[in-house]
Amino acid sequence: SMNPDLASERQTASFSVEKLTTWLDGGAEQTRLRRAVVEAIECDPVFSREDQYFQSQNERYEAAVRKAVHLQKKMQEMGWSEDGPEFKYIYRAVAGDIAFLLHRVFMRSVSMLGSDEQIAKWIPLASQYQLIGSYAQTELGHGTYLQGLETTAVFDVTTQEFILNTPKISAMKWWPGDMGRSATHTVVFAQLYVHGKCYGIHPFIVQIRSLQDHSLCPGIIAGDIGPKMNFEHIDNGYLMLQNVRVPRENMLNKFCEVQPDGTYVRRGSQKINYFTMTSVRISLISGEAVLPLMKACTIAIRYSAVRRQSKLKPGEQEAKILDYQTQQEKLLPQLAAAYAFHFINDYLQELFDRGYRDIQRKNFDTLPELHALSSGFKGMVTQCCTSGVEICLRACGGHGYSLLSGLPSLYTKIIASCIYEGENTILLLQTARFLIKCFMAASTGQSVPPSVTYLAAAKPGNCPAKNKLDFLHPDIYTEAYQHVAVRLISSTAAKLQDLIQSGVKKHDAWNRCTVQLVQAAKAHCHYITVKNFVETVEKIETKAGIQKVMKDLCDLFALYGIFSNTGVFLHDGYISGAQMDMVTASYLDLLAIIRKDAVPLVDAFDFTDKSLNSALGSYDGQVYQRLYEWAQKSPTNKQISPAYGKYLKPLLHNRLSKL
Amino acid sequence: EALVLNDPDFQHEDLNFLSRSQRYEQAIRKSALMVMKLREYGIADPEEIYWFKSFVHRGRPEPLDLHLGMFLPTLLTQATPEQQDRFFMPAWNLEIIGTYAQTEMGHGTHLRGLETTATYDPATQEFILNSPTVTSIKWWPGGLGKTSNHAIVLAQLYTQGQCKGLHAFIVPIRQLGTHEPLPGITVGDIGPKFGYDEMDNGYLKMDNFRIPRENMLMKYAQVEPDGTYVKPLSDKLTYGTMVFIRSLIVGDSARSLSRACTIAIRYSAVRHQSELKPGEPEPQILDYQTQQYKLFPLLATAYAFHFVGAYIKDTYHRISGDINEGDLSELPELHALTAGLKAFTSWTANAGIEECRMACGGHGYSRCSGIPDIYVTFTPSCTYEGENTVMMLQTARFLVKSYTQVSSGQRVTGMVSYLNDLSRQRIQPQHVAARTVTVRINDPVSLVEAYKARAARLVEAAAKNLQAELNHRKTKEDAWNRTSVDLVRASEAHCHYVIVKLFTAKLAEISNAAVRAILTELCLLYALYGISKNTGDFLQAGILTDAQITQVNQRVKELLAIIRRNAVALVDSFDFHDVHLGSVLGRYDGNVYENMFEWAKKSPLNKTEVHESFHKHLKPMQAKL
Repeated sequence: SMNPDLASERQTASFSVEKLTTWLDGGAEQTRLRRAVVEAIECDPVFSREDQYFQSQNERYEAAVRKAVHLQKKMQEMGWSEDGPEFKYIYRAVAGDIAFLLHRVFMRSVSMLGSDEQIAKWIPLASQYQLIGSYAQTELGHGTYLQGLETTAVFDVTTQEFILNTPKISAMKWWPGDMGRSATHTVVFAQLYVHGKCYGIHPFIVQIRSLQDHSLCPGIIAGDIGPKMNFEHIDNGYLMLQNVRVPRENMLNKFCEVQPDGTYVRRGSQKINYFTMTSVRISLISGEAVLPLMKACTIAIRYSAVRRQSKLKPGEQEAKILDYQTQQEKLLPQLAAAYAFHFINDYLQELFDRGYRDIQRKNFDTLPELHALSSGFKGMVTQCCTSGVEICLRACGGHGYSLLSGLPSLYTKIIASCIYEGENTILLLQTARFLIKCFMAASTGQSVPPSVTYLAAAKPGNCPAKNKLDFLHPDIYTEAYQHVAVRLISSTAAKLQDLIQSGVKKHDAWNRCTVQLVQAAKAHCHYITVKNFVETVEKIETKAGIQKVMKDLCDLFALYGIFSNTGVFLHDGYISGAQMDMVTASYLDLLAIIRKDAVPLVDAFDFTDKSLNSALGSYDGQVYQRLYEWAQKSPTNKQISPAYGKYLKPLLHNRLSKL
Repeated sequence: EALVLNDPDFQHEDLNFLSRSQRYEQAIRKSALMVMKLREYGIADPEEIYWFKSFVHRGRPEPLDLHLGMFLPTLLTQATPEQQDRFFMPAWNLEIIGTYAQTEMGHGTHLRGLETTATYDPATQEFILNSPTVTSIKWWPGGLGKTSNHAIVLAQLYTQGQCKGLHAFIVPIRQLGTHEPLPGITVGDIGPKFGYDEMDNGYLKMDNFRIPRENMLMKYAQVEPDGTYVKPLSDKLTYGTMVFIRSLIVGDSARSLSRACTIAIRYSAVRHQSELKPGEPEPQILDYQTQQYKLFPLLATAYAFHFVGAYIKDTYHRISGDINEGDLSELPELHALTAGLKAFTSWTANAGIEECRMACGGHGYSRCSGIPDIYVTFTPSCTYEGENTVMMLQTARFLVKSYTQVSSGQRVTGMVSYLNDLSRQRIQPQHVAARTVTVRINDPVSLVEAYKARAARLVEAAAKNLQAELNHRKTKEDAWNRTSVDLVRASEAHCHYVIVKLFTAKLAEISNAAVRAILTELCLLYALYGISKNTGDFLQAGILTDAQITQVNQRVKELLAIIRRNAVALVDSFDFHDVHLGSVLGRYDGNVYENMFEWAKKSPLNKTEVHESFHKHLKPMQAKL
């Protein structure tokens, strides 16, 4: 039965939830397809996550392997293929709780970096799971900075082999997924040496475990790196190589090759490598950052409509905590952000598809912009979504800390996204480098990529708003964001110039400006996000009240950003103190307006109860019953306390002799 | 420390590799041992017990926490002499192990909402305890699930057909000897949480469970045999305990953040990455401005909170003498202040610990860094002992009350005395803080004034908005709710001011010149960083100009470079033992990588060379495909 507190929230929706869902999915057909995939996965008991919160690391790993193996079978059964339309929904349905994700990265890197012969040799083996692959780049002492890697591959002309070595402990490969226990092969990134000369980082296929009995190959030391904050189901591994020899053909050689006599040949453009990174960063935004935030919002907002605490009006029932302004202040901006980032993901996908078409035509012009945007947005979105999930967790009071709420697992998982595929600070600095370059170009009248043309067109003047309603005009706030982005980028560029002109070395000047550079890059991404949200709302054809509620959310997203960063908008007086009070007033008004549609807005994300796996966030709102039932399943309740007989009993009974 | 460290009985496998059940078992084992050893060594001073305990458990929770920290003290403060005779010695000797069951599944910080009932039956002279709904099941108390055989239960008292509000009852829940739950009692563990693996947080459901009349704690309120209710004298006394516990959380914020800073700063001195200057070796990541900007303000914050924690504890001890003599005059302000500071410091430390972890890159995410453990153990303090937003609003209530007093011509004292100036300024036509004197950004005393002006402005703004809402809305509660975002901001500004003020005041007490110099730099960094993160408040109130803000931002970066030289020494001064730190990344000797490898080899997944899942799943799949 439905909890009446949640039922009442749904009766007052100002729009059609189903219509919003299909619009978010990109059409009714997509929605149908997604639901079919989710249904097929969730009704299969092998994919059940029911016991997830009670399992040990070993059990989680085993379940993930079992699921990965079963998924192959399932895909054959259902007629799904890797490049079919269903594929993107499979990962959503299994909620990432599955092994062999790195096997896919292995296959992708062979396809991207390998020659036709190499692809013909390895891809069939991998797709038939005759081998299990991994991808070994990061080392114990080295992460985002690839040139610093220390693993070596020395070419031996006499045997036509590469000799791979881990020269010291900090060079040990560390973190690669699926490598600790599962993988038989891995792509190792190592410094290539031929005739004593170093040619930089190159990829090599290395077999690490026997295909017969899975024991480690000679010269290989590998294992699991131990418990982490999450990802208990993945065997992130370490790998040490001691004079491991691989044939010359095992270097992936689409772009570079070592010929039998040791001649090093480079061919084609390596820019394509950037494209791979770009594609990975864009693809993780939706699955690893936005979806978890949507889930966290769903759980926290539904729970806040069910949880009652204290009284707002004397004599009445205790109030839903969602009615408290402070609770709305925590949750509703996160909800708006989830929508904003969903739309930014669409924007990036479109840009990426266009870039991909260009590159296939050997046109690499859009690559720098694409690279800068994907880095910056990966940095900004993962960071905002991470803090958003944590806010949701803490907004659920004590029960949020129970694993059964689902929130701790969402949080410990999403936080990893701030580090992997490029640490966020470093990524934002890459975007900043691009912005400074474009700003310099724009100020000397050169043409710049479309996303940064605003740098050249900066207008003087102050914010024209006269009352709080003016701040609900998208033009007003979009221009404020633009103004701040231009100001931060131009003032940092000026400071860089000053430092350099005063005799400071370039790299030193850069390091001294990095705090401001990061701020500037974030301001740029924030501006694009607001602008894109506004444009998305404008494109909605009026239907079923969706445009109105999306416009409110867009306003909220924009005004929350100003409200929580007042300083940068007040600095130089673009927004005055009196105008800032108007922003605050409009922002607080919006909280009360969106409050009414909060539950329908999370319902529209259309997560099944199984995919939320949360005692607090299920659709029917039967929070307390579920919490009680699930707790009783805990292994700690299935037997009498093991500690009782061993420690408590002697303590309780031997007091006379010991105390 | 040495007593515990050198005792082989307290050694065990790395907790990171144990299951939840094993961790609980280890904790119980050590707790049982600890009680024996404390008696053996004759340690009885509470402060010494605290240090001994925190060393045995390495700053982690343990199943007897509630017995020692709540059950015994509550008996001491709320039990009658007869009740103490019956319960205290058995509890002291751990024949009785108790916990404190207040929170329910559906009710937390708002105590009046609790639903558990205790109905007096004069015929048998018993109370009948009931959990009438699912939401009324006691939920979360530590040690309740598996360890305790008694609980102090908070329930709504009904006698002679009337509800008399919340009272405390001693309820036996498990059979002495067999440890089986008693008939009418349903008790168990609430399942896995975000951390606190060694604690059996529990649930408790009571169905017509009868206890004798004498089991109600009756030092203050009483129920006579015929059911007549006798009221307690004062309820302000409970403030004292709350102040004390919240002051401990402030100290804990300082300690937890210090530990995280120690790990992150030491590791940043060991880790090398990328290049700063072309052609040179990879530099220590601590040399990057962005890394310094992440860590050094947190280091300064850890020091600031340390001084705040000490201040509250001292003030509490000073005025608890007065309280015993019935003078409660200083208690409301201290109560309001600690509520806000508890929220302010725990929020900041919570975010700061995470920042430290992220500053350690990928390895921070491994449990071997120790920071995940610090985080999950610390983060619930944002919620327990009063949810932080609710705490901030309590402080706000006091601030608004003080502001109202000032507006009506009275003077206020203590930390809020700056509000007195507002009435004087009101004669001036311009904006309150607009005429504030020039701020000298290199002088901590002047910065205290700037923070004071900001707090005054935000308190006034919130109070005025509240008044405006009151003029529009029907009820006080509604107006309060519609102003609560402003009110929280005002409280934060007030707490921030108090912290800067206390840190600055501390500088004068330092006699060693070199120590004073470096702490002055830290204090400046704390104050200036706070301004640079809240520039809007200072700009909007006209306390600082655009040009000054630019100077502040610049000065922050200069201070980073100055503190860089002493960063490792500043965390070494916290004097955490490696065992207590529990971190491979934060080791005193800096031998990080070798030890990470050693640590990983002990992972349970590495116990066998070939994992069993290979034979169960991988091999059959390879054969089939």
